[in-house]
Amino acid sequence: MYTLSNRLKLFSIILMVVGLVGLIIGFAQRPGSIEEVKEMMAAHDAHGGGHSEAQAADHGKSHGNEDAHGNEDAHGGDAHYEHVLHQLQNKPWASLYVAAFFFFMIALGVLAFYAIQFASQSGWSPVLFRVMEAITAYLVPGGIILFVILALSGFHINHLFVWADPEVVAHDALLQGKASWLNGTWFIVRAALFLGGWLLYRHFAVKYSRKQDEDSTGDKWYKKSFKISAGFLVFFIYTESMASWDWIMSFDPHWFSTLFGWYVFASLFVSGITTIALMTIYLKSKGYLEFVNNSHIHDLAKFMFGISIFWTYLWFSQFMLIWYSNIPEEVTYFITRIEDYKLPFFGMLVMNFIFPILVLINSDFKRVNWFVVMAGIVILCGHYIDVFNMVMPATVGESWFIGISEISAVLLFLGLFLFVVFKALTKAPLLPKGNPYIEESKHFHY
Amino acid sequence: MASKVIHALYIDDDILMDAVKKTREKHYHIEDVFTPFPVHGLDKAMGLPHTRLAITSFLYGCVGLTVAILMMNFIMIEDWPQDIGGKPSFSYIENMPSFVPIMFELTVFFAAHLMVITFYMRSKLWPFKKAENPDVRTTDDHFLMEISAGNHDVNELTSFLSDTGAVEIKVIDKEEDNH
Repeated sequence: MYTLSNRLKLFSIILMVVGLVGLIIGFAQRPGSIEEVKEMMAAHDAHGGGHSEAQAADHGKSHGNEDAHGNEDAHGGDAHYEHVLHQLQNKPWASLYVAAFFFFMIALGVLAFYAIQFASQSGWSPVLFRVMEAITAYLVPGGIILFVILALSGFHINHLFVWADPEVVAHDALLQGKASWLNGTWFIVRAALFLGGWLLYRHFAVKYSRKQDEDSTGDKWYKKSFKISAGFLVFFIYTESMASWDWIMSFDPHWFSTLFGWYVFASLFVSGITTIALMTIYLKSKGYLEFVNNSHIHDLAKFMFGISIFWTYLWFSQFMLIWYSNIPEEVTYFITRIEDYKLPFFGMLVMNFIFPILVLINSDFKRVNWFVVMAGIVILCGHYIDVFNMVMPATVGESWFIGISEISAVLLFLGLFLFVVFKALTKAPLLPKGNPYIEESKHFHY
Repeated sequence: MASKVIHALYIDDDILMDAVKKTREKHYHIEDVFTPFPVHGLDKAMGLPHTRLAITSFLYGCVGLTVAILMMNFIMIEDWPQDIGGKPSFSYIENMPSFVPIMFELTVFFAAHLMVITFYMRSKLWPFKKAENPDVRTTDDHFLMEISAGNHDVNELTSFLSDTGAVEIKVIDKEEDNH
């Protein structure tokens, strides 16, 4: 049995408190009116030289283009400042959303990985099942928080989703065309369906896994787990795809991409696997997982390596197809990202592809714990930036920076994640007893 | 130079593995082991060093990538930078995404083919090569361990080998070392 150390508990509570305070500061610092934005930009001008002037002109232009079918006369002097005002007001919301989604997607990726291990009857991984079950425990609080944020945005309490603003939809024929899918009520119903289905699987998978422990003769509960895992995977691949349209792609409701669902899936899958590896290495170093050997770590590292490349493959397929054909309505997505987010956009490629491919290509390095940990931390940071790149350009545009509200939101959810996950670890013995593959897994050797 | 070797035949891979371990413990020199299929862990039991084929493959891949970059850069950017469908050909990086499929394929091509050729050369395999098979049964269902007799007492060695479960033991005079 794992016991939650007081230090870890205190650490996660401190993270949550610091994150919460920082986030409140972030919300308090939002400008309330156009006058405040003007003051802020004037102050920025004082040491920024003429930089902001040029930006202002740019803003006006891009804004005019975006709403070309709208009322162009309205874009007079204050239109630009209003634009910036909305971006700055969105900023703490968007950083809250990015962090909430990022940690939720880690737990979701682990859930998918867990189901795959059952459905494929893997012989190597059962010793890691309790670690995976603990990580997926975050789905419950994380899912509820995400749902609340989505509900708030879907009903336009904040300006995260443009399509949720009835005034924008009224002037936008494209959004009107999509309104049968992208409307607050249906959006929330879908989110409830997706989250409900995932949580339901999580609940029963964990329940059956515990039952198999108690009733370890015969494989009755194992077989049930196998069946629901196979069913869940079918459900998951549809709902994950739709969730990625709803929760990420609809930030840019004028844009669409067919492989977006798989792209988000690759991102959450690799983050989930990396988290399993980091948790396993941590717990093993504390002496809780003596039945885990370095072949298990090696396998996890191979997955981290392989899925990182898979992610890159999808990222590049999406990017290159759009770049190559250069169709204006699609390519704006990447133009805004390359112009305004150059460093995060290309930096994440280095972190998610070049770094892991060079570090984890060597078979011996995949067994060295600190190598895996180092690669894992870079991969997780890279995928945070990936989500950042997907959400921020549509919500805060050029007004982005990684400041108090972004870092605080990450700390808040990191603290919550650690607290929930390590708390869940204490609920069951770390070695599942009745799993028919457990002996094979204990002697797994590669 | 004539030298004596002993061929010990086994009919089970577990017995073979056991025999290999015992022979190594006794410090007899195993010249070679012939098996009809890969026996998991045999290389470790024999104490063979790790293969470095993967490292060569990585380096070949780097060569392939370099070839692709230099080729595309020369052809598309330096030699005759045409405007083809509006693709920017002012610098390599500007048109890089359209070169990536070629860069990837050539990396894989070089890594795979040159590694295979390296494998053939290192293991001395080519068409019309004379098979070095000491006993035809080793390609079907027998395992053969070849031990150099060296300065050891042949009778002692053969009795040791029959204790390890060998079904057949032959003392062979080799005319010359042909590998």
